[in-house]
Amino acid sequence: MASFSTTATVEDPRISLGEGARADSPDYATRLRRARLGLLVALTPVIMLFVSFSSAYVVRQGLPTLDPRTNQLVRDWIPVTLPKLLLINTGVLILSSLFMELARLQIKGRVAGVLAAEVPEVSISDQVRIPWLAVTLLLGLVFLFGQWTAWRQLAANGFYVATTPSSSFVYLLTGTHAVHLMGGVLALFVAGMASLLRRSVATRSIVVDVTAWYWHFMAGLWIYILCLLEFAS
Amino acid sequence: MGLILLVVIWLITFISTYFFIAKTWWLPVGASASTAGIDHHFTTTFILMGIVFVAAQVALGYLVWNYRDRGSSSSKVAYSHGNTTLEVVWTLLTTILFVGLNLATYNLWAAERFDPAGANAVRVEVTGMQFAWYFRYPGPDGKFGATNPELEDASAGGEAALGLDPKDPASKDDVVTGTMVVPVNREIEVILRAHDVIHSFFIPQMRFKQDAVPGLAIHMHFTAIQTGDYEILCAELCGLGHYKMHGMLKVVSQDEYDKWLAAREAEKQ
Amino acid sequence: MATHDFAAQEPHAHAAPQGFIRKWVFSLDHKVIGLQYYFLALAAVFVGMFLSLLMRIHLIWPTATLPLLGDIKPETYLTLVTMHGTIMVFFVLTTAPQGGFGNYFLPIQIGAPDMAFPVLNMLSFWTTFLGFIVMIAAFFVAGGAPLHGWTGYAPLSALQSAGPGEGLGADLWIASIAIFCIGALMGALNFITTTLDMRAKGMTMMRMPLTVWAWFVTAILGLLAFGVLLSAGILLLMDRNLGTSFFVPLVTINGQLTGHKGGSPLLWQHLFWFFGHPEVYIAILPAMGMCSQLLSVFSRKPIFGYKAMVYAILGIGFLGFMVWGHHMFMSGMSPYTAFAFSIMTMGIGVPSAIKTFNWLGTLWGGRIRFASPMLFAIGFVSLFVSGGISGPFLAQPVLDIQLHDTAFVPAHFHLIMGVASIFGIFAATYYWFPKMFGRMMNESLARWHFFISLIGTYAVFMPMHYAGMAGQPRRYSQFTEVHYLAGLIPLNKFITFAAFVTIAGQLIFVVNLFWSMFKGPKASDNPWEATTLEWTTATPPPHDNFGGKTPVVHNGPYEYNVPGAPRDYVMQNDPEIEAAH
Repeated sequence: MASFSTTATVEDPRISLGEGARADSPDYATRLRRARLGLLVALTPVIMLFVSFSSAYVVRQGLPTLDPRTNQLVRDWIPVTLPKLLLINTGVLILSSLFMELARLQIKGRVAGVLAAEVPEVSISDQVRIPWLAVTLLLGLVFLFGQWTAWRQLAANGFYVATTPSSSFVYLLTGTHAVHLMGGVLALFVAGMASLLRRSVATRSIVVDVTAWYWHFMAGLWIYILCLLEFAS
Repeated sequence: MGLILLVVIWLITFISTYFFIAKTWWLPVGASASTAGIDHHFTTTFILMGIVFVAAQVALGYLVWNYRDRGSSSSKVAYSHGNTTLEVVWTLLTTILFVGLNLATYNLWAAERFDPAGANAVRVEVTGMQFAWYFRYPGPDGKFGATNPELEDASAGGEAALGLDPKDPASKDDVVTGTMVVPVNREIEVILRAHDVIHSFFIPQMRFKQDAVPGLAIHMHFTAIQTGDYEILCAELCGLGHYKMHGMLKVVSQDEYDKWLAAREAEKQ
Repeated sequence: MATHDFAAQEPHAHAAPQGFIRKWVFSLDHKVIGLQYYFLALAAVFVGMFLSLLMRIHLIWPTATLPLLGDIKPETYLTLVTMHGTIMVFFVLTTAPQGGFGNYFLPIQIGAPDMAFPVLNMLSFWTTFLGFIVMIAAFFVAGGAPLHGWTGYAPLSALQSAGPGEGLGADLWIASIAIFCIGALMGALNFITTTLDMRAKGMTMMRMPLTVWAWFVTAILGLLAFGVLLSAGILLLMDRNLGTSFFVPLVTINGQLTGHKGGSPLLWQHLFWFFGHPEVYIAILPAMGMCSQLLSVFSRKPIFGYKAMVYAILGIGFLGFMVWGHHMFMSGMSPYTAFAFSIMTMGIGVPSAIKTFNWLGTLWGGRIRFASPMLFAIGFVSLFVSGGISGPFLAQPVLDIQLHDTAFVPAHFHLIMGVASIFGIFAATYYWFPKMFGRMMNESLARWHFFISLIGTYAVFMPMHYAGMAGQPRRYSQFTEVHYLAGLIPLNKFITFAAFVTIAGQLIFVVNLFWSMFKGPKASDNPWEATTLEWTTATPPPHDNFGGKTPVVHNGPYEYNVPGAPRDYVMQNDPEIEAAH
C-alpha cells in the first residue's frame, strides 16, 4: 500500500480531479493560483481599513484638544486596561490557526492522493481522518465568544464605546476584527458544506486553501491590534 | 468637419481668453499689504497658464484640420511610436514650469502663514457660529477672558453669544461686537474660533481666508492698507444659513479706531 | 481574408445560461453585468442632472415656486448640492467607465473568456445597485436627504441636530456610500486578478490597450482608497449614533452642549481626502485610456509614446495618493505640510501634461476620420486642457487663499470630471455600441449631440472661473445677502440658460441610444477597422467571447498604417508584422 506525503503538489495540467475536470474548465493549478491571487488582492482593502483606523488612533492619542473654558490645550487620553481574557483569546486564535494549517495540508494530501489513484497499480489506504476543519471552526467560535465576554468585562469596568477616546478605539478595532473573523468562520462553514454537497476534492481544496490563508492573516492582524492597543500608548 | 472643429475650438478659446484679459469679472480690488505680492503672482501664473492654454487649444484645432483624411490626396501617415528625446524634453520643461512656479511662492506663503503676528499687532478674536460672526477685543487688561460653552446664549447676542464667563476678572473689560473695526496700516492678529461646525473667515479684498474650526484657536494675521468697509463672508458650508452668514470689516484711521475702542471700553465699566 | 490567430479553447468555467433570470438578472456574464452597470449609471445621471437643473433655477430665481415641487428652501438647495455631487461622483463617474465599459471590454481586450470571479462580479453589481436604492431612499425619510455636501465635513455631518436632513437622511447617505465601497472593492478585485492572470498568450502587459491599463490602474486606486473611505464612514456613523468623538470636539448646537469632546474635524478631512483625491483619478483615468484608444484608431496611427503613456498612467495613480492635502490648505493644517502637498500637486500635473502632448503627437501626421467617437475624443482633449489649466492656480496655496471655496473650484472639477470624463463615456458609447448591440448609432444625431454638448458645457463652466475670481463662494443657495454678489447675478443667469440648452441637448443622445438599439442599421464585426481583440470576434460577442477559441496575440494594440502592410490596420492577433517597436 502506498502512502503519500501531505506535501505533494499537483502541477500536471493533464490530470483532472473530480468535478472541476470537465474539458471546458481551467486546470487545478490555474484555479488555485487565481484564487490565491484573488485573496491577496482582497486582503489589501482590509489592510487599508486597519491602517486607516491605526492612523486615526495614533493621531487621536497625541491630539491636544482646546478646552474652551480656559483656552488651553489639554491632552485627554486615558489608556484602557485590557482584560486578561484577551490573552487567552489570543492563544485560542493562534491554536486555531495551527489546526487550520493542518486542515489545509490534510486536504492537499487528499488531492495528491486522488492524483496517485489515477496512476494504475496504486491504491491509497483509507486513513482515519481527524476533522481539523471542524476543530478550527469550533475554536473560531470560542474566540468570538471570548471576545464578547471581554467586551462585557470592559463594560462592567465602566468602559463603554463612548466612555473615552481610548475605549472607543478598543471596541472599534476588536469589533471590526471580529466582524472579519466571522467572515472567516462563514468560509469554514461553506468549506465544510462543500464536502457534504459533494463538491470535488479539487474545489474543496481551493476553498480550504484560500480560507486558511485568510485565517492566518486574521490571527496575525489580531496580534497586531493587541500590540497596538497595549503598547502604543 | 475638421474645419468646423478648428473654428469651434478656436472661437471658444479666444472668447474665453478675451474675458480673462479684459478682466470683465476679476479679483476684487485688494486693500491689504499682501495684495501686491499675491496679485502679482496671480498674474504671472495667469500669463504662463494662459499661453499654455491658448497654445494647446490652437494646436488641437490646427492638427484636426490639417491632418484630416482628404481621401486619396492625403499624404502618407507618419507611422511613429513616439520620440524618446521629445518625451524627456517636454517632461523636464513641464516639471520646471509647474514646480518652479510653486517654489516661487515660498516667501509669500511664509510671510502669510509661517511667521506669527508681531508683538505690536492689534488682537481680535473672531468667533463663527451658525449663522453669525462675533468679534472680541481684549480690553485694557490685554487679556481675553474665559468663555464657557454652558453659558452660551446665541439669541442674546454679544457677550452671551460667546458664553463669556462673568466670574473671570479678565472678561469684564472684553469688548464684543458684531462688526469688526480695525485701524489702517497696523498688523491685525486674528484668533479664529468656532462654536458648532466649521466656518471660514473670508475677506476677499484683504486676500484673507482661513477656516474657523471648532476645537481649535487658529492665529492668523493681515494688514489693511486702505480705509473703507469690506464685506466678510463665510466660505465653508455650515448649514442652511451659510449664504447669509456675513459681516463687515471697517478699516478706519488709527485715531478713529482709538476713539471707537475707548468708547466701547467705557461702556464696559 | 486576414488570418487572425486563434488557439485551442481556453477552458471556460460555466456554460451559457438559460432562462430570463439567469441570463439578464443574475447573470454571471461580464458583458451583461457591464450593461447593467451602464444602465444604472444612465438612471443615476438623469437624477443628478435633474438635481443640478433645480440648483441652477434656484440660484437665479430664489423665490420662485416650482410646479409640483413648490418653494426650494435654502436647506433644500443644499440637499440638492449634496445629492447631486454624491450621485454623480459615485453612481455615474465611478460606475459607467469602470463598472460599465471596463466590465464589458476588459476581458475581451485581453483575450479572456470572462472575469476571474463571475459570481463575485454579479454580486458587485447588485451591491452597487443596493447602494443606489439606499441613497435615493434618503430623499424620502423624515428630514429628507442631508445638506452637508458630498464631502460631508464633520462636525456638520456628525451631529444630527446641525441642520435639516442631518438625521436619518445622513445615516442613509453614509450607509449607501459604505455599501458602494464594498461593491467597488469587489469589482476592483476582479479587474486586478483578471488583468494579471487571464491574459491570452502573447498579450504581454506592454501589448495591452491603454484602455486596459487605465481600468487596471483605476482598480488599484480603488482597492487602496475605498477601504479608507469605508473606515471614515464607520467612524462617522459611530460619532452620529454611539456618542463617540472621533471627529467632534466640544461644541454647542442651538445653544445645547452635545456631549462630544476631544475629536478632530481635521481627522475627517484627512481620511476623506486620502480617498477623495484618488477618487478623482478613478473618475478620469478610464476616459484618458479611451481618448488614447480613439485618437489612435481614428487618426490611423499608433498612439504617440505608448510607453510614456503607460508610465504616465502609473505616475498619476501613484502620485494621486500623495496630494490629498491640497484640499485642505485653508483647513487649519500646518502651513509647512500644506506647502509640501502643493509641491507634490504641481508634480502630478506633469504626467497629465505628458499625456496631452502625446495625444497631440498622435493626431500629428495622421489621416483623421471624424466618426462620432472621434469627435468626443477630440472634445475630451480640449476639455481636459481647459480643466487642467485651472489646476495650477488652486495648487499654489497663496493663490488658493483667494480661490478656495469659490466658484473657481467647481469650474475646475466640472470641466474635468463633469464634462471631460462624461465625454469619455459618450465616446465609449458611440464606439462600442456596434459591438454591444450589433447596430450603428445615428451619426447626424451624434454630431448635433456633440456640438451642443461641447459648446454648451463650455458656456456653463468657463464663466464659473470668472465668478470665482470675483469672489462668488461655493454652496450659497442665493446671492441676495452679500452686496457685491448682486453684480454676479447676470453671469449666473447666463450659466443657467446655457445649462438649460445643454441638458436639453442630452435628450438627443438618449433618443439616439434607444432608437438605434432596435432600429439602427446593422453593424459589421469591425466597423471602425480597429485593431484590438474585441473587433476580431462576432458582433455581439458570444457568451465566452471568442466562440470556443482563444486569441494568440502577436502585435501591439495600435498598429495602423504600418509601412509595407497590405492594409492600414493590423489586428493584434494577425501574424507578426515586420516593423519593430
